[in-house]
Amino acid sequence: MGSFLQNVVNALQWGSFYALIALGYSMVYGVLMLFNFAHGDIFMVGAYIGFFIATGLISLSSLGILTLPSWALLALTILLAMFLTSFVGMLVERIGYRPLRGAPRASAAITGLMIGIILETGNLAILGATRKKFPDIIETTTFQLGEISLTNTKILIVLISLLLMFALHQFIQRTKWGMAMRAMSSDFLVVPLMGVPLNTIAALTFGIGSALAAAAGVFYGLAYPVLDPYMGIEYGWKAFVAAILGGRGSVVGAAIAGFLMGFLDIFVATYFPSTMRNLISFSIILIILTFRPHGFFGTAHSASLRL
Amino acid sequence: MEVTTGHSSPTPRKGFRRIWNSISQFFAQTPLLGWILGILIASTLELLIGFPLARAIGLNKAPVLFGVDIALKTPLLLPATLLYDLIIYIFPIVLVVRFLNPLTNRLAAWLLRFPMWVSALVHMGLLYLALDLWTSVSDYRVLVAKLMMIAIMITLSLNVVNGFMGEFSCSHPGFMALGAYSASLVTVFLFIGSDFGPAILPESLGPFIFPIALILGGLVASLGALLVAFPSFRTRGDYLAIISLAFMFIVKSLFENLEFLGGARGFGNQPNWASLPVVFIWTMLCIWIINNFVQSTMGKALNAVRDNELAADAMTVDTRKTKMITFLFAAFWAGVAGGLFAHVLRYVNPGTFGLQKLAEVLAMLYFGGLNSVTGSIVGAIGYNLLSEMLRPLELFKWIIIPLLLILVMLYRPTGLIAFKEFDLQKILQPKTPQTKEEVENVTPAS
Repeated sequence: MGSFLQNVVNALQWGSFYALIALGYSMVYGVLMLFNFAHGDIFMVGAYIGFFIATGLISLSSLGILTLPSWALLALTILLAMFLTSFVGMLVERIGYRPLRGAPRASAAITGLMIGIILETGNLAILGATRKKFPDIIETTTFQLGEISLTNTKILIVLISLLLMFALHQFIQRTKWGMAMRAMSSDFLVVPLMGVPLNTIAALTFGIGSALAAAAGVFYGLAYPVLDPYMGIEYGWKAFVAAILGGRGSVVGAAIAGFLMGFLDIFVATYFPSTMRNLISFSIILIILTFRPHGFFGTAHSASLRL
Repeated sequence: MEVTTGHSSPTPRKGFRRIWNSISQFFAQTPLLGWILGILIASTLELLIGFPLARAIGLNKAPVLFGVDIALKTPLLLPATLLYDLIIYIFPIVLVVRFLNPLTNRLAAWLLRFPMWVSALVHMGLLYLALDLWTSVSDYRVLVAKLMMIAIMITLSLNVVNGFMGEFSCSHPGFMALGAYSASLVTVFLFIGSDFGPAILPESLGPFIFPIALILGGLVASLGALLVAFPSFRTRGDYLAIISLAFMFIVKSLFENLEFLGGARGFGNQPNWASLPVVFIWTMLCIWIINNFVQSTMGKALNAVRDNELAADAMTVDTRKTKMITFLFAAFWAGVAGGLFAHVLRYVNPGTFGLQKLAEVLAMLYFGGLNSVTGSIVGAIGYNLLSEMLRPLELFKWIIIPLLLILVMLYRPTGLIAFKEFDLQKILQPKTPQTKEEVENVTPAS
């Protein structure tokens, strides 16, 4: 029982990475009906930006120029990384997606894929092949609850992730910009005619999605402090699957499916050999999609839409 | 009100377009036969004087892939490599192509008096001869040529699903893996022997069983494709993309867990039967059959399903049958290509058939062009040549190739040569009028 609960805690943390990344996919997919295949690599870029900010801030405070408590350091790192990475996302939209508005959707998917490869290789070319160690921003303390061991980073990661998801949900449901996004996802052709600026909304969508991916990147760095340039690939594709599983443009769906991916990964690895992880979790996803082809919260959309 | 029409005064074409036009006009009267002869002569020339020439102009060895690798490593040798290319390739080809036109056109016309397949076979034979001569210089070229031809097969089979049927299938690395492992299993267990026991059949029988092993690999891949084909009845587009992606992950993970196939360590020791002629014959067979498939009634039904499934259904197209056959057919060829791939490298491991492979196959397909056999051939050859030639750049290769692909996507969103039919008659025929009636019927050149 204890190990089961321990796994639940681990899966919550693992799933929050997937959920945060999946939200970015899901938003872009909802608004523009496009897949941003560079998103996994934006997660990687976010983690690296977080790494540089954290190292910079820590060295500043060790020099005595800046004296901040560690919680403020963490908050500053997350916010700055989110802010800067959102510009990377907007840049990707501007270069790879905006010129291809009228083109077949698959073409934009291919540009996204290629931008992803450029981001990976560019990182490798600039920073070299040595893996970077994410600095310890906050002192890790472990609480023992019966047989479950909780660390403060785990609790923080899950809580802040949930908070970010809640904030995004509120943003989409309550604000004018969120309303524009929802309108755009219901009809991508007519809504721009009614005065909703398509380009601004698209850039905003990419920006917010990338900011969430950056948050996931920083959390990943806190939990598993080794970064490498190719870390975004598998996370990106799995989060992409989670986004589809959640249903088109559904924030709640993407979050739930992201956590489901995390649970599948952790629990399959516990009860079966860990090499079977992809085999079993993707088989389960295949079964789910066979019975619910439109995901958890998606609605059947027009058959004329295809990649 | 004065209306200005753009057509009254044609704007002069400028820059790149004009150069391209004059080049294509210069070669307009050359039939395919002329090109093949040119390449043949250039390859012979290289075989005869390539090495001494390279020595004479200051290169250590004859350039392998048009000297791009040498020029990238030591830029100072660029003039020498250019000179080499000029003497060995460009001069002979341009001369043959330009000045043997009357001869090659007459020859092409004479060949067409026989049934079409005779002409096609002669062309293929000459092409193989040229390829054989070109690759006889170094083993590296042989490997590049083999992998290039296998890439053509994979890209073509992916084009059947993604281009002609308009789905976005991500499962091709999975089909390849199924074909590669099944074919290797047959050849290794029957002829090489493994942990389970010694070889059952003598190795001399091998080359005859090898095609059967490849076909078996293709059939196993088709069997796997059922897993993607059945969901395609109910879903399409994005959800099918996910299902096929999941399929790819499942296959890869399956082979990682099959210990008797080496697991993640890989499976090696395949017999060396995938020689250049074998790969060449399979590639030609693949091009021929896939081209016939997409030009058949079934192929037209594919396009109908892509453009509007409901309307196609109303027009008596059996959409389920069409989708099913297409998936099985494409998977079959991907499986055969996978089997050849395993026997060319003589080692496979599950990591080969992952997301990296997927990105590569998609890049080749969209680079060349959707819905076009020619496009797939061009895409596969172009991508592979580029990728081999830029190898000395190491890391920066993976910045330049994606950038190029992004540019292609921005300016030609469906690929370089998309939506173009591969018409054998048109390709093989002479490019100048030959008979009297043709000369009379021909319209004055515009």
